[in-house]
Amino acid sequence: MRGPPDHKEQKHTDGDKMSDTTDTGPVLAADGTPLKRSLRRAIRAQKLRALALIAPLLIFVLVTFIAPIADMLFRSVENQIVSNTLPNTVAALDDWDGTGDDLPGQDTFEALYYDMFLAAESKRHTRLGSRLNYEESGISSMFRTSGRKVDDIGEDQIDALEDIDASWEDETFWFNMMSGADDAPKASGILADQRERLAKLNQSGFDGEVGFAPSQEIADLLPRTVRAYTAFALFTAIADEDVVAEEEPWEAVKVALVEDLHSGADLSGYDGAGAEELRAAQSGLADQPAIDYKQAFIDMNEDWGNLDNWKTIKMFAPPFTAGYFLNAVDLQKTPDGVQSRPENEQIYIMLFQRTLFMSLVIMGSCILLGYPVAYLLATLPARSANLLMILVLLPFWTSLLVRTSAWKVMLQQQGVINDTLVWLGLVNDAGRLVMINNQFGTIVAMTHILLPFMILPMYSVMSTIPQTYVRAARSLGATNWTSFWRVYFPQSVPGIGAGSILVFILSIGYYITPEIVGGTTGTFISNRIAYHISSSLNWGLAAALGSILLFAVLILYWAYDKIVGIDNVKLG
Amino acid sequence: MTITITQPKPVSFAAPVAGLAGAFAGLLVGTAHDNSLLGLVIGFVLTAALAFVWLSVFRKERIARWVTFIASGTMGYLLADAMGAVIGLGFGWLIGWFIFWLGEGRYRAKLPPYTTGQQVFYHFAFRVLCGMIFFFLITPIVVVMPLSFNAQDFFTFTPEMLRLDPAGYSLKHYKDFFTNDDWQQAMWNSISIAPVATLLSVGFGTLAAIGLSDEHVPFRRAIMTILISPMIVPLIISAAGMYFFYSRLGLQGTYWGVVLAHAALGIPFVIITVTATLVGFDRSLTRAAANMGANPLTTFFRVQMPLILPGVISGGLFAFITSFDEVVVVLFVGSAGQKTLPWQMFTGLREQISPTILAVATILVVISIMLLTTVELLRRRSERLRGLTPG
Amino acid sequence: MKLTTTLMASTALTVAAVSAHAQDMADSLTLVSWGGAYQESQMKAYVEPYIADNPGVSVTWDESSAEAVAKLRAMDEAGNLTWDLVDVTAADAMRLCDEGLAMEVDHDEILAPAPDGTSASDDFGDMIVSDCFIPQIAYSYTFGYRNDVAEWNGQVPTEICDVFDLETFPGKRSLEKRPHNNMEWALMCDGVARDEIYDALETEEGRNRALAKLDTIKDEVVWWSSGADTPQLLADKEVVFGSTYNGRLFSLIAEQNQPVEMMWDSQAYDIDGWIIPAGLEDDKLARVLDFLYFATDTQRLADQAKYISYGPARKSSAPLVGEHAELGIDMAPHMPTSPENSVNAFVMNFEWWADYRDDLDAKFQSWLAN
Repeated sequence: MRGPPDHKEQKHTDGDKMSDTTDTGPVLAADGTPLKRSLRRAIRAQKLRALALIAPLLIFVLVTFIAPIADMLFRSVENQIVSNTLPNTVAALDDWDGTGDDLPGQDTFEALYYDMFLAAESKRHTRLGSRLNYEESGISSMFRTSGRKVDDIGEDQIDALEDIDASWEDETFWFNMMSGADDAPKASGILADQRERLAKLNQSGFDGEVGFAPSQEIADLLPRTVRAYTAFALFTAIADEDVVAEEEPWEAVKVALVEDLHSGADLSGYDGAGAEELRAAQSGLADQPAIDYKQAFIDMNEDWGNLDNWKTIKMFAPPFTAGYFLNAVDLQKTPDGVQSRPENEQIYIMLFQRTLFMSLVIMGSCILLGYPVAYLLATLPARSANLLMILVLLPFWTSLLVRTSAWKVMLQQQGVINDTLVWLGLVNDAGRLVMINNQFGTIVAMTHILLPFMILPMYSVMSTIPQTYVRAARSLGATNWTSFWRVYFPQSVPGIGAGSILVFILSIGYYITPEIVGGTTGTFISNRIAYHISSSLNWGLAAALGSILLFAVLILYWAYDKIVGIDNVKLG
Repeated sequence: MTITITQPKPVSFAAPVAGLAGAFAGLLVGTAHDNSLLGLVIGFVLTAALAFVWLSVFRKERIARWVTFIASGTMGYLLADAMGAVIGLGFGWLIGWFIFWLGEGRYRAKLPPYTTGQQVFYHFAFRVLCGMIFFFLITPIVVVMPLSFNAQDFFTFTPEMLRLDPAGYSLKHYKDFFTNDDWQQAMWNSISIAPVATLLSVGFGTLAAIGLSDEHVPFRRAIMTILISPMIVPLIISAAGMYFFYSRLGLQGTYWGVVLAHAALGIPFVIITVTATLVGFDRSLTRAAANMGANPLTTFFRVQMPLILPGVISGGLFAFITSFDEVVVVLFVGSAGQKTLPWQMFTGLREQISPTILAVATILVVISIMLLTTVELLRRRSERLRGLTPG
Repeated sequence: MKLTTTLMASTALTVAAVSAHAQDMADSLTLVSWGGAYQESQMKAYVEPYIADNPGVSVTWDESSAEAVAKLRAMDEAGNLTWDLVDVTAADAMRLCDEGLAMEVDHDEILAPAPDGTSASDDFGDMIVSDCFIPQIAYSYTFGYRNDVAEWNGQVPTEICDVFDLETFPGKRSLEKRPHNNMEWALMCDGVARDEIYDALETEEGRNRALAKLDTIKDEVVWWSSGADTPQLLADKEVVFGSTYNGRLFSLIAEQNQPVEMMWDSQAYDIDGWIIPAGLEDDKLARVLDFLYFATDTQRLADQAKYISYGPARKSSAPLVGEHAELGIDMAPHMPTSPENSVNAFVMNFEWWADYRDDLDAKFQSWLAN
């Protein structure tokens, strides 16, 4: 052990540095740096090497696993669909206090008209309807029916407009009027705005050449019309892949024109394309009644006159929401604050409780069944223990689906167990036991499936407990029971703990087995999550339920790490 | 270990105990024929008498056991045809063995000589209990096997099957498995996905486990948690998350998407098993190798790797089986082109009435048994080679 | 990827056979269907003949029709479409069409006319319930019951309300784990006139009334979610009485010879057909259209009825419906549309369901869980 210092001494033999043990200076390493620093450097290098070894996997797991989960959990608060689909309505609703008994004003309904029209063209309105339906039943059908009829609004005015001059049905006329002269200044801002709006609505880039730019002059003169026409042009060129100049504009564009003309657009100074027709239309439409958007919507679906629906829209307008989490715990956001959901719709708390309860029962039965087996395996001679171990490992290695279907075969009313019982005469043919499609089925099948996860950790702990302790206790006069309970059992507790938490963690997230043998009463929260992902399409709620479940699992994991230490898990 | 010398026990003990076993069997048979009490009594008397004859009058074990075996089988056949014969034969073999096991006092063979009668009783009661638990573990898997030969397309034992009528059995589900394109495709998909996923998780996982075994690693706990998370996070959450995220990357519905997902799921198993072997790894060995001029790569492959190999292999096996048996994630991340065996089985369970899945199950179970036996034999062999005598 | 190897193998065999016509078409198709006997009938009636005519084409099946809406939505969100042609029910087709997830088609342009020259849209008639929907079959939700139930004392169920009669017909029933049809049947048996059912279901009281009726048998119900469940449950004697698609019952009774009978009373008609997912690549779309033209012509739809007892969606196919391909039974009397069977049939209102599905689903599912 004195090698290195000697070596060092030989290297640094200048003058008084004939060091010996009395030297009080810093201890130096082989290359002359202080040993402390050198050690630190060595450790740092070691750390870096270790990190370099870990890094590939860490990155791999972060990308392939953690990122997807984070991404999904984000859905539980994300709520941009409302403001993306109905941006103008949401903006108009800002001025509506939503606490009184009055419906929003005409301007909100007018904004809703343009939003709804565009949403219906993009076929996005039904999705918003489904989204809001999670909060207020009935909104889905309201959006669906309105989407079908929204192009009927302002029919009379459009007819009147087209009666005045047939040019209003002519696509080229429209295109020329909206584009203005080739060298006229263009309102590129409007184009960019509408492009962004459509991109948000359709959740896609909406990039590409439109072949149209509104002229600044007409945009100043007829702002609504130009906005509507630009949206139409973008949609036609990019979504439908048609040529703008060859398509007749939507009803919404004409309604916008009617509105612009009605609101007193000053056409006196305008002499661009279509000036004559515009002036004719303005005077011709003067005696037409204004479009009553509010009434039109209520005529389409009376629910538009329902204050609660509007309050819901306003409440869920912000881009983020706690609504899904509230739903996940049987609460709901109402205009009067957070309230619990109606009695017959409260299911999630009950499902969480059931999941917890059944997982506990499964864990308990695993302990009861696993302990004797682990004990037997740990006390038998190695050769027989290994043979019996195969019996434990065989189910472990057998496909989960096979075991689940096996339980189906065993437990059903005409299944093996019932057949045997009937054959033995223990139950009569009419009184066959119902053991599947209920909690019992799930508990039995899952106990069987998770039992190896209990036995293996227990076994690895028990096999380290020396038999001599028990013998010593016995020879000191302890009874069988005392020597087991006071000497052996306490030493095996870590194994029980390890197995229990493992089984519990695995069981509260189970999906396949409850799905197949659980019926309606034996299913877990995971089944509900799956249902919301693939059937009801309420992904936000699925994510919220998933977050809560994940949180519970992480707490358990934390406890596991504290009690057992993740390093001490052994498999097989 | 055999310290105790076994000695024959008095008939007065063996006959009634054997009689009890017979009474239990008689009770079952009796109930099936609507007369429990009679069955109980007949069972007791018959078996006790049999034990008495074999142990005190005609003590030729070999012949006696054969006679019991055949007689009981015949009785079973008379009572309930072929199925009864099978059960009868089983019972006959058991009771023949039981009578002599009791009568010859063999049950004490492996127990210390000082154990009291009560302790012996508890000992065997415990064994019986454990036997029942093993029965619980194994029965469902065993039950699947005969059903896979069902001539009908349903999951129940038909009367023909119970009568052991050959007409009730057929190999058609096996034929279906081997000739049906869907199943073959699924099998090949599984075979092409699982090894690649395993390779990825073993490769990355082993390196990381070696890195993690260094006590100087910062944030060790946090890193460990992240790496273990695929095992902890409920599958449905992982599956849904991967589904949306992989879709966005264009990986959803591709071979590599499924492989990456399965590799991620297999990683915790590799980490856990390799870390466990590294705990017992003597670091001075690598230092010694380095000291002798081996470069880190040589050290790794020539010194470290052979020693942690068992951990790596068992981790790899776990990762393989995870991928091979995984259904939730592949249902979401895969598309029809990556339909694996478990997926096809899940479809078989849900969409089609097809006991083909039971045939597949049987094949898989047989493969598992062969694998496990091979591993066990290899282990014994290596123990023998290393001079460790199995206890 | 497995697909490519299959492709390579099959193209190697058929290099010479590839026609110039096929070159601008993709040579693989991913079809989404329901699995089971139904998918088998599609396979035999037009997929196998199509492959025989176009040997370069490989077809992959995905039995995901039940989750079609969810999966198409996710694919759309991610911009990663992996399906080419999807078999869905009329209500789902409407929903997909409303959401822009299915392609709108011109039926006369893409589908073959009837042999007598009638245009496709006239031949399909009012089966075309949505612009995106290409109908294939008319089927119905109907009940099957075991004919060997001792407790029934020789009586057999003859009308829908027997489902709710636990006194005369004790035993477990299986019903679909969705509100549609169940709610209608419940109201029917609670005394609501048939033409008022949907009006009633629009109100809270009507819904509660339906659920209250279902409550009377809730404990005796096994809920199914896939078409194979009820036949399996009936065959395993797990239930004595259960609703499912009529074709599944036909194959249970006629092909599997199980002791089960049909009860046609108040069968609920529904339509099933293809939709083309929106946003297919051009070469894929060309292949899909080529396949569709073939697979929905008069003869092919009539052929399908040889394998399963669903009514072909084309009027011109009806006279061509013949005998079962293997059993040689005349198929016409087993069709849900045959005169005897449709005496008291009930026409489900798809459009209503498209509108109210979200509302009723939520309510029904929480009722189920409570």
